[in-house]
Amino acid sequence: MKPAVKLLLVLLCLLAGVVLFMSYDVGQNLDYVLSKRGIRLASMILVGISVAFSSIIFQTLTGNRILTPSLMGYEAIFILFQTIIVFAYGDTAFKVISQQENFFYAVLLMLGFSVFMYLIMFGKQKNGMFQLLLTGMVMGILFQTLSQFMHVLIDPNEFSIVQNFMFVSFAKMNTSLLTVASITMVASVGYAIYHAKYLDVLALGRDHAINLGLDYNRLVRKSMLIISLMVSVSTALVGPITFLGILVTNLTYELFKTRKHKQMLWICSAIACIFLIFGQFLVEHVFSFSTTVSIIINFIGGVYFMYLIWMTRKKIS
Amino acid sequence: MAACLLLLLAWISLFTGVKNIRFGELFADSEMALFFTISRIPRTLALILVGAGLSISGFVMQQLSQNKFVSPTTSGALEASKMGILVALIALPQASLSVRMAFALVFTFLSSFAFIVFVSKIRLKSTIFIPLIGLMLGAILSAVSTFFAYKHGIVQNTQEWLLGDFSSVLSGQYETVYAILPAVILIYIYAERFTIAGMGESFATNLGISYATVVQIGIFAVSLVVSASVVTVGAVPFLGLIIPNLVSLLVGDNLRGALPLTAFAGASFLLICDIIGRLVVYPYELPIGMTVGIIGSVIFLILIAKRRR
Repeated sequence: MKPAVKLLLVLLCLLAGVVLFMSYDVGQNLDYVLSKRGIRLASMILVGISVAFSSIIFQTLTGNRILTPSLMGYEAIFILFQTIIVFAYGDTAFKVISQQENFFYAVLLMLGFSVFMYLIMFGKQKNGMFQLLLTGMVMGILFQTLSQFMHVLIDPNEFSIVQNFMFVSFAKMNTSLLTVASITMVASVGYAIYHAKYLDVLALGRDHAINLGLDYNRLVRKSMLIISLMVSVSTALVGPITFLGILVTNLTYELFKTRKHKQMLWICSAIACIFLIFGQFLVEHVFSFSTTVSIIINFIGGVYFMYLIWMTRKKIS
Repeated sequence: MAACLLLLLAWISLFTGVKNIRFGELFADSEMALFFTISRIPRTLALILVGAGLSISGFVMQQLSQNKFVSPTTSGALEASKMGILVALIALPQASLSVRMAFALVFTFLSSFAFIVFVSKIRLKSTIFIPLIGLMLGAILSAVSTFFAYKHGIVQNTQEWLLGDFSSVLSGQYETVYAILPAVILIYIYAERFTIAGMGESFATNLGISYATVVQIGIFAVSLVVSASVVTVGAVPFLGLIIPNLVSLLVGDNLRGALPLTAFAGASFLLICDIIGRLVVYPYELPIGMTVGIIGSVIFLILIAKRRR
């Protein structure tokens, strides 16, 4: 199949998903249903784009296809933050702190965390990225332990509040959050697209990139900044979706042989949106909310990841 | 000297707690003696067994994979046994502790075996990359368990097993922990063969060792330790990772010398953490998963940073 045909198919899929999601079983109260669904759709597109961009840039930087930035402790710190709020205020937590404030502090906290990580970790040696990642994951385990400790102490009714945050939900979105998030997202997407040509060179590896006259360390720092901004915003909006990144980037590499970031970034975003929209559709109409979209996607993504590891094993050995 | 330290710590552990127990009155006061035999002795024994067992199983995994950063925490083994317990809970809600342990054992064995086979097949042996794969494997397993836990509404319960806690170790409900003992003996007998197997399949075969058998025995022993400890006290992270590394910093990689020392150091470390946890918020206590998690992750971060230089 020609790439153009494939691209058309992806776009058709996306369009079909949008139409299906918006029009399935609409019922009588058109205005209300459509505006609610519209908000959900917009937030899914936002999250899809941010996951796709951050994962592709991250994989280019690490030169590795089975990693994703959300493993670096962001999600753990987000859950820890939510747990602390509920732990401190109990079921009145969200009267004390508004959703906007919560979003804002969560993003700030995650950004602060990533800045802290670079400050202590980033050296000039070759393995810097992996070291950063391993450190992040260890920090992640530490935060997880702390949250688990509080989860055990929290009363089961209040735990259901924390649980809401542990699993992605597009149902709790609201318009003002969406506006703030879109502005951040548009800014970072613009910046990433502007940098796409450098990313093509970075993909060749550190030594080649330096040889070709790029200021490697500075570019990596800038890209990491974009990544952490995007991951923080999408995590604070809807909660953690660990495996979506791996799933969609690898499908993109598999389907399209192009290595131009300008194209890859958009194609990957479209694929991510398709997964989110159909996943959410399944949750709403097939599972009737008995499970959540993040659990479905992690499930599919996890199985796909196993398959990927199995394939690389064959290639290497 | 290590043995003396261990004995001293065990002594402290036996006589630390809300109920004030003094050695002199132990034989005169029957209530005190009861407390002692029901709670303190089992707890101290469990601490020693889990500490020694988990650290030497980390040691074995590091020998088999020839990678200093591999351990039950960084290979998905803890998550696999958690998944086993979950499956047992959902499929057979009335199952006894040993049945749950059997489930956990099977899951842990399969996942660790897949991991070690994968590591031995991979050519690019970047020290940092392999534990990353292990952590990812763990993340997937826990994603799958979460799927089922969420459906059955037991997410909060599953958090409890993930957090090691010795306060519920009482006579009559901790005996599964003794399954660690045969595993430790097995590891001791096979110690050298694990090292040889770690050097690769062809090397091991050259020296007249059945590679597959040795690897399977090693993984079996490790899985036994991990599942026994997760079922009885919950997950204790990092232990198998930092203790062997610290010991090898002290005495080098001499296997026969390092193995007993690793066991002693692991048990002592766990005892220290538990005593700290019991004293910090006295008369309440912090679960050990938390104290070990904090102290352990800090030590591990220092180890990673040291490797850079």
